[in-house]
Amino acid sequence: MLQLGGRALRLQGADEKIQRIFRLSDDAELPFALRPRRAYLARKPTKALPDGFAAYVALPPTLDDVTVPEDAIVVHLPDAYSYLASDDIVRINFAEQTIKVLFRAESPHNFLLVTEQCNSYCLMCSQPPKTIDDSWILDELREVITLIPPDTHELGFTGGEPFLFGQRFLDILSLAKNMLPRTAIHILSNGRLFCDKNFAESYARICHPDMMVGIPLYSDDATIHDYVVQARGAFDETIRGILNLKELRQRVEIRVVLHKQTVPRLQRLAEFICRNLLFVDQVALMGLEITGFTRANLEQLWIDPKNYSAELTEAVRTFAAYCVPVSIYNHQLCTVDRAVWPYCRKSISDWKNEYLEICGGCDVKPECGGFFSSSKQYRHSDYIAPISIVPVSSATN
Amino acid sequence: MAGEYLILPHDDVEKMVRGDLSAQTPAYIELRSKHFLTDELTARSALELLALKVRSRYRRIPEFTGLHIFVVTLRCEHSCPYCQVSRQSENRAAYDMTEQTATASLDLTFRSPAKAIKIEFQGGESLLNFPLIQKIVFEAEQRNKVAQKDLQFVIATNLAVVTPEMLEFCAEHDINISTSLDGPRNLHNKNRPRPGGDSYERVSCGIRIAREIVGRDNVSALMTTTEDSLSQPEAIIDEYLLQEFHEIFLRPLSPYGFAMKTKSFASYNGDRWLNFYKKGLEYIIELNRKGIAFREHYAALVLKKMLTCDDPGYVDLMNPAGIGIAAVVYNYDGAVYASDEGRMLAEMKDYTFRIGNVNENTYEEIFLNDNLLTALHDSFTLSAPMCSECAFEPYCGADPVFHHAQYGDYLGHKSESMFCNKNMAIFKFLIDKMDHDPFVKELFLHWANN
Repeated sequence: MLQLGGRALRLQGADEKIQRIFRLSDDAELPFALRPRRAYLARKPTKALPDGFAAYVALPPTLDDVTVPEDAIVVHLPDAYSYLASDDIVRINFAEQTIKVLFRAESPHNFLLVTEQCNSYCLMCSQPPKTIDDSWILDELREVITLIPPDTHELGFTGGEPFLFGQRFLDILSLAKNMLPRTAIHILSNGRLFCDKNFAESYARICHPDMMVGIPLYSDDATIHDYVVQARGAFDETIRGILNLKELRQRVEIRVVLHKQTVPRLQRLAEFICRNLLFVDQVALMGLEITGFTRANLEQLWIDPKNYSAELTEAVRTFAAYCVPVSIYNHQLCTVDRAVWPYCRKSISDWKNEYLEICGGCDVKPECGGFFSSSKQYRHSDYIAPISIVPVSSATN
Repeated sequence: MAGEYLILPHDDVEKMVRGDLSAQTPAYIELRSKHFLTDELTARSALELLALKVRSRYRRIPEFTGLHIFVVTLRCEHSCPYCQVSRQSENRAAYDMTEQTATASLDLTFRSPAKAIKIEFQGGESLLNFPLIQKIVFEAEQRNKVAQKDLQFVIATNLAVVTPEMLEFCAEHDINISTSLDGPRNLHNKNRPRPGGDSYERVSCGIRIAREIVGRDNVSALMTTTEDSLSQPEAIIDEYLLQEFHEIFLRPLSPYGFAMKTKSFASYNGDRWLNFYKKGLEYIIELNRKGIAFREHYAALVLKKMLTCDDPGYVDLMNPAGIGIAAVVYNYDGAVYASDEGRMLAEMKDYTFRIGNVNENTYEEIFLNDNLLTALHDSFTLSAPMCSECAFEPYCGADPVFHHAQYGDYLGHKSESMFCNKNMAIFKFLIDKMDHDPFVKELFLHWANN
């Protein structure tokens, strides 16, 4: 698991702002014109740092013996951040002497947190909601988006519920469309606010060519869905939100997190989606991440993936029969039927993606999505076992 | 309403109707999930979803008359006893469609609001008037440069007189071939006598060549079920397998002219046919279980109505009825019929479904013809006695031509209607099959969606 944030070892220099965003460059020969907009990523011992960068991020070995430009900002980071590379974007908080990695150019899984506020309170929330005013994040997002390299394939926004910011978040999405015209956008939302037709229309007016909202639907039974998200009436709102978005031809993904509350009716949910929401763009069937509320509610949620593999297979087959694009996220290949392997995606963000020791001897490890770091640490299937693929015998030789 | 079904104990249904079903019972939850009932938790979404599903189901109605059947000749070199609409004659003048009639028919064809137009050439044996087919195809393609419809052509032919040149023409103009294959050699040749008694040999050979020239996917076959078919569904299906088809349409016995004059005989044959159909379908299911992909077309049509919000637009299983709306027939002599069966009735001197003449009437006169509108109106299942309250209504259809032919009115009495009995039995059979066998459920899902 990569460490994405924490205290710096030492921070030299200061800024009038409490925190600032920097895009990194490890190019000592970077043209001077570009340097004021970049922080220099120093990972090799050198005699002197190149002039003119907005800041200097120093990885071990430290730059103790190096001549540092006067009144320059220098952030000394521990070893854990040695993965940092050019075009990564970090936030430095001068007051708290902390760093937060916001964007990693190398990662295909960049998600920007929009807010920690939410109008649902899901049993298995990985980002427990807080009732705080965190609208400062929006200002930061504006800056981050202008710094992200335009050749980025995909960018995600997550929360909390990002759309609680209303038009202010829609403005961020417009900015992303304009500044990153070739970047696909994926937003995680409970979809409830789109039950307001006017708001859905405002969203559609962004006219982004490649933007999708990932919306969870946990059951065809409204009672169960409302229980899982701990909000009465949420099912009704989410369904109408999906309908409004699709009526406006916006792309929608349905996300189903599989756990003890959702698995028993999984097949019925699949049939419900195929009968009622056939026009959604894709469906993701997702394994639990053992973090946030999930850890507190584990007894209510945990079911070994191996024990629902039959239900999972049946649901996948149903979606496939109706030609609904379906994917399985966050499951290890040894916990699902081989019949559904083609639907399994390596979906876990690289910074929190790990394997067990036992996986070393597995023939399909390269194709397997592995584990959340949290699953490895707290709870994973009891049936993890290396798979050996017997090669087709060359009997004709 | 939207075609979803649930099988519940009588007790639960009664409680639901009385409003006594507790919200905690499994029956209540299933009923709510499938939109048979709604409460405050689904108050608005259920209505919106239900409306959407019903809209989807009926979305093709404004685009009426997709299938335009051109009877280019009544002449045929076969003399099939069950066929009402062919003549063994060399008299082209008497039984071939004229160019003028064809042009007037095309005028009507391109007046249809449908975006997708299929022109089907029928007979007699349609290929005996191939030059007219060519002219119609050229003319239709020309007109379509302006009309911009999704235009398709099909030639219904017994393939006995087909030539490679004709097939080359079909390949060039994306014309599909629909032929007749009734079963194994003995059955086929008995059903379909022709000089030389070689109908089977000719159709086998024709299918092979047609596939090579026009393409495997563009050649299909239809069977006619006769009394001799009823004892051998497996052999008929095997014949389709042998000819490398992946689908068969186990069609009902044709009531037109067939020995169904008395009620008891009709029901006797109805039961025998059902038995034939069930045995055939069971056999096809077992083929699939062995890994051989093979589909029964009628089941697939019904299953699409049961398992999806789509409507296959099959003439006999539509409401409002498919006559005039799904298809229309331009006969060789210029008469317009609301359906192919309507044309057969006319051969038996019943002209109820003749709705005009291409050379005498306007589009409006033909498609607003009182006979057509009355038949559509009177057979409408959502108001028809015993249909409107039937659980199977969403899967079924109004078939005013059949009922008129059998019972003298557009509705018939459903408890005596062979159409009703047959379809109810099939619906129950299909539901029973898929609810008791996960393999069949998945197979049927694929049939419904392809």
